[in-house]
Amino acid sequence: MKTLGKIILTFSAFVLIACGGSEQKSDNNTLSGNIKIDGSSTVYPITEAVAEEFRTVQPNIDVTVGVSGTGGGFKKFMRGEIDINDASRPIKTSEADACKEIGIDYLELSVAYDGLAVLINPENDWVDYLTVDELKKIWSPDAQGKVMYWNQIREGWPNEELHLFGPGVASGTYDYFAEAICGKKVGTRGDYTASEDDHVLVQGIATDKYSLGFFGLAYYEENKDKLNIIGVDNGNGPIIPTLETVGNGSYAPLSRPIFIYVSSPAAAKEEVREFVSFYLESAPSLVSEVGYIPLPQSEYNKEIEKFNAFIK
Amino acid sequence: MNRKNTEKIIEWLLKSSAIITILTTVGIIWVLLSESYSFFQEVSLSDFLTDTEWTPLFVVKHFGILPLISGTLLTTFIAVSVALPIGLTIAVYLSEYAPKRFRKIVKPLLEVLAAVPTVVYGFFALMVVTPFLQKLIPGMAGFNALSAGIVMGIMIIPFVSSLSEDALQAVPKSLRNASYGLGSTRFQTAFKVMVPAASSGIVVSVILAFSRAIGETMIVAIAAGQQPRLTANPLVPIETITAYIVQVSLGDVPHGSLEYKTIFAAGMTLFIFTFILNNISFWIRKKFREQYD
Repeated sequence: MKTLGKIILTFSAFVLIACGGSEQKSDNNTLSGNIKIDGSSTVYPITEAVAEEFRTVQPNIDVTVGVSGTGGGFKKFMRGEIDINDASRPIKTSEADACKEIGIDYLELSVAYDGLAVLINPENDWVDYLTVDELKKIWSPDAQGKVMYWNQIREGWPNEELHLFGPGVASGTYDYFAEAICGKKVGTRGDYTASEDDHVLVQGIATDKYSLGFFGLAYYEENKDKLNIIGVDNGNGPIIPTLETVGNGSYAPLSRPIFIYVSSPAAAKEEVREFVSFYLESAPSLVSEVGYIPLPQSEYNKEIEKFNAFIK
Repeated sequence: MNRKNTEKIIEWLLKSSAIITILTTVGIIWVLLSESYSFFQEVSLSDFLTDTEWTPLFVVKHFGILPLISGTLLTTFIAVSVALPIGLTIAVYLSEYAPKRFRKIVKPLLEVLAAVPTVVYGFFALMVVTPFLQKLIPGMAGFNALSAGIVMGIMIIPFVSSLSEDALQAVPKSLRNASYGLGSTRFQTAFKVMVPAASSGIVVSVILAFSRAIGETMIVAIAAGQQPRLTANPLVPIETITAYIVQVSLGDVPHGSLEYKTIFAAGMTLFIFTFILNNISFWIRKKFREQYD
């Protein structure tokens, strides 16, 4: 009986292997090579999710995804060291010029929206929403050492110390928030708990009744049960960031599109073309899986057309 | 190879390992000094010592070390005020009351406290002690000096208890016997005779624990927060010198920039503190050690 079982097992394994083999041949997935990606830590979760899926389809293509920040990634991009750069902001003119200088053409593709969430402790029962002006009052550099209590923000709020949490200055999210709320090149106040580690921020806000903080919407999605998200009023009434409000841009100014940049030499490579097409096709489902907000399908179609025109 | 050569090689090996240790120390001091020197070319010493805000990474830069020093001293004082009474009580109990065999078992067990990785203490403070304290003190922040300080105090108990116990043991037996001979109780002997007689050793143990607490990094980086704040309030997030150095080292500050140099200025401050404390303890030990022999 045992032997018979063994034979059947061996046989079925054999059949399975044979089937797998024939499938491999029928599909056109025998490409090989490597794809180097670097850039923003904000875009990283999406690109890594796509790369993971891609590896199962094209196991012989080696995809590496690094995280050196949008600016750091562009530095490598314009030296021709990487094929694709993840970017949480559009390319700067200086970076575009540097690319031109060495003859690298590039294509910008929007892959998702990212929203910044403003968060409070669940026990906080006085904040219903914040206006953009109030956020500015709290975070501007002039507030340092001065705006220290909740009742300084709006009358009627408790006379309790305000504890602020946010990403550190090395993060693209910080740059984005500082520019959107406080204006260009002025930064924010410095007397808050600044951490590049979003888990520290989650922990800080979740355990402190008098806290207020901000970080990427994707991290809020992971910690919904520990934090309360609040709406931001930009003159049109308070709006809470959701799939819809971020997608249609009404959650302003704290939502932004995020991109990948493909260089022309990279787009000449079969494996990169395959990867980018795969990226844009699988983005609608993968983007929301990792906590970001997908573009409308029509936008993805446009990006695919743009890319097809670029590789021709 | 003859014996003489073997001797020489061994001698050379021993010497070189001693030299490497010394060179490392010299190297660290050299790096601290030279980088702090170029820091103070750009920031005046009086700003560094008197400004009450520390925001070197932001657009509006302030370089006042006071908030970091206050954070460091606050957690340290909390730690010592936990470790001193507990550690000393343990030392007196082990030395004056406990049976010899019990002492032999308990002392190494206590020293295990110092062997627990500090990252574990850090999470213990953040995940266990803070939620517990929040039940007693509503409105206490999740990151605070109090729970980090208390846990750090637990960590340094063995420093106080072990060294103090050694100091109590080193007091000549004749003193204890004389005290009993005069009809003192155990309690009187312990606290009126033995502790005063061993006071120099006890003070040294406290200073060493103090200097260990000042330099402690992981616990405060995890549990005390990362917000430089000039305050004596133990219930709000603060930042210590060590936590600041961790924060900057983990970030993405360009090598050679002023922001980068701040960690050396902060490190230098820390070094000066621990250096002075260690020297005081050395001096006390040397001056008072042979009082009764």
